Amino acid sequence: MAPQVRGRRGKRALRYAAVFACLGVLLVLAVIWNINTGSVSIPVREIWRILFHKRALQLAIDRGTADPAAVSAFNIIWKIRLKRVLLAAILGGALSLSGFLLQTFFRNPIAGPFVLGISSGARMFLALVTIGLSAYMTGVPLWITVAASFAGSMLTMLFALAFGRRTRNMSMLLVIGIMISYICSAVTDFLINFAKEADIVNLTHWAMGSFSGGSWRDVAISALIVLPTAAGVFLLSKPISAYALGEGYAQSVGLDVRMFRLVLIVLSSVLSACVTAFAGPISFVGIAVPHICRIVLRSNKPILMIPASFLCGAVFCMVCDLVARTVFSPTELSVGTVTSAVGAPIVIWLMISRRREQRE
Amino acid sequence: MDRAYLELESLTVGYGGEPVVSDITFKLQKGQILSLIGPNGAGKSTILKTLTRRIPPISGKITLDGADLLAMGGRTLAKKMASVLTDRVAPELETCFDIVSAGRYPYTGGFGLLTARDRAAVDEALRMVNAASIADRDFNSVSDGQRQRVLLARAIAQEPEIILLDEPTSFLDIKHKLELLEILRDMARQRGVTILMSLHELDLASKVSDLIACVSSGRVPACGRPREIMTDGGVRTLYGLERGSYNASLGSVELPRPAGRARVFVLGGGGRGIGLYRELQKAGIPFFAGILHENDIDLAVARPLSERVVTCPAFRGASPERIAEARALIDRAEAVLDCGCPDGGGGANAALLRYARESGKSVVTDLNLLTEVLK
Repeated sequence: MAPQVRGRRGKRALRYAAVFACLGVLLVLAVIWNINTGSVSIPVREIWRILFHKRALQLAIDRGTADPAAVSAFNIIWKIRLKRVLLAAILGGALSLSGFLLQTFFRNPIAGPFVLGISSGARMFLALVTIGLSAYMTGVPLWITVAASFAGSMLTMLFALAFGRRTRNMSMLLVIGIMISYICSAVTDFLINFAKEADIVNLTHWAMGSFSGGSWRDVAISALIVLPTAAGVFLLSKPISAYALGEGYAQSVGLDVRMFRLVLIVLSSVLSACVTAFAGPISFVGIAVPHICRIVLRSNKPILMIPASFLCGAVFCMVCDLVARTVFSPTELSVGTVTSAVGAPIVIWLMISRRREQRE
Repeated sequence: MDRAYLELESLTVGYGGEPVVSDITFKLQKGQILSLIGPNGAGKSTILKTLTRRIPPISGKITLDGADLLAMGGRTLAKKMASVLTDRVAPELETCFDIVSAGRYPYTGGFGLLTARDRAAVDEALRMVNAASIADRDFNSVSDGQRQRVLLARAIAQEPEIILLDEPTSFLDIKHKLELLEILRDMARQRGVTILMSLHELDLASKVSDLIACVSSGRVPACGRPREIMTDGGVRTLYGLERGSYNASLGSVELPRPAGRARVFVLGGGGRGIGLYRELQKAGIPFFAGILHENDIDLAVARPLSERVVTCPAFRGASPERIAEARALIDRAEAVLDCGCPDGGGGANAALLRYARESGKSVVTDLNLLTEVLK
């Protein structure tokens, strides 16, 4: 039996390696494809030159010796496409990682930041702060936006926790999340009655969910928040795996369950709050991506799922963003529209297949 | 040897300061098996949750291997104590091997990667519970019996000195119950692992345990060797059996005796009566039973179920007084049910059968015929 077992384990290791290799390749392809495609198509060789010989090109542009096509390509990449694709990658990874943590926490495969109403809560706080402060200042500073969205996420998360932890039932959790969303939307709508027109435009635009319009500073800040948090989550993959086997078990192997629960909640809130602050509500990525990863890895081990979810989330959001901005070009869809179109069917399918499993 | 491995001193357990079981005191030596028995909701699980530190005790002291259990570090404790609890967690996409390897948690490094030594311990644990053949199957696809064994293997892989189990035999059929308890017995005997568990099955508890602690109405009224604890009366009081009864020698329970005046006299003996007594109980027909030797196995069931039993001393015939008593009861009955054991009561039952026929009672050998007669 032993060699056979070893063979099966070897096969598993091979599968994991293949999945990560594919994700790596897809990541690179998605970045290149995103930069390359749009109203102006930029050939790959040109992209290479613009990205890695930036200084020389900048110099040429300053001197006025560069040809006009190259200048416009340079501007398109450095001022629009690159930061957008990076933002999509970072925030997409954060979203799906946050979804994975919430699924572990609630032991429920359809838990996610959007489904639990967390995005709506963040939006409510954002509306509150924007409208409240606009009387005193023009243009709310970024850190306040981030802080408001974080506070909103945490608060809604606490609500979801208070109600959701009493039920193991997938559909109940969904209902609770939808109710929380409705309540938050009602409050937001109420607040909008008192808003200035400019604020309404901002909020509505924000509510659509989009990776566009971010500055390089947004990219840097979100990277500074997301990357260390994701690394922290990865370092916690051993306790997360114990937690996934039940609190009683986790406690019996020496994990401080209460403390750990808090850590899990804070980490997933930080990730989803960051996304909400910079890109608005982007639905279903948190459910769909970890699920796809689970299927291709055929494993739910955190040590694999955490990096896989992050990478796959990045690829997924980059591709969805590409679809959003090119399919009906020049009209741009909101990225949330695309992720919902892909993600919602996955959720429906999940619920139906789970129900069937339970009946068996 | 004198020092106990686990010692509970006037321990009070409960939730949120509200005591569920108070003043628990017992000692458990290394390699001993202790079973907690008692009615549902008596607090067996609460005691186990306190010992696994899921909930803090209200007062009292727990000493494990000479050290205060509550002051121990999580990892130190995890290397000494493993548990098989009742949370029914269904992890996704985990093979049985994965589940068992989770028991290596206290030994693995920061990322929980398994070394060759860990893998060997996991394989060994799987072998011990006869689950090596299902190592690569999905944990959610195996049967309840296999799942329980895999969870036990996880506890074994943790290489503990003591294992706590909460109702390990629920959901299992009789074969798997026996297998599981046998594994525990071997663990205790061969490896000196101490075992503390709660059990529903009284008969199994008295067979597998060195010590039994009764948990009832907020206390542990008795703790000791099975034969001291598991008496007819002891179990009756423990479970508050007001209507049914418990029999220590058979380890079985009987439903309450049928109400009303006895209508039938059952001639039993040699174990042939038991089935008939239970049938009569089910049909709700009150009856007399006799004449049974005091060592006859029928007596264990006849006593709780019949209105009255006529007995005679073991290995001797029935005295004339006993026979007269039985005759009087036959006179009062509407019919006689014969189980077909003429030697019953030292040959007296053959005589009684004749008496019944002569005095014109209907004598039947079958319950269906009896119901005809009684109509």
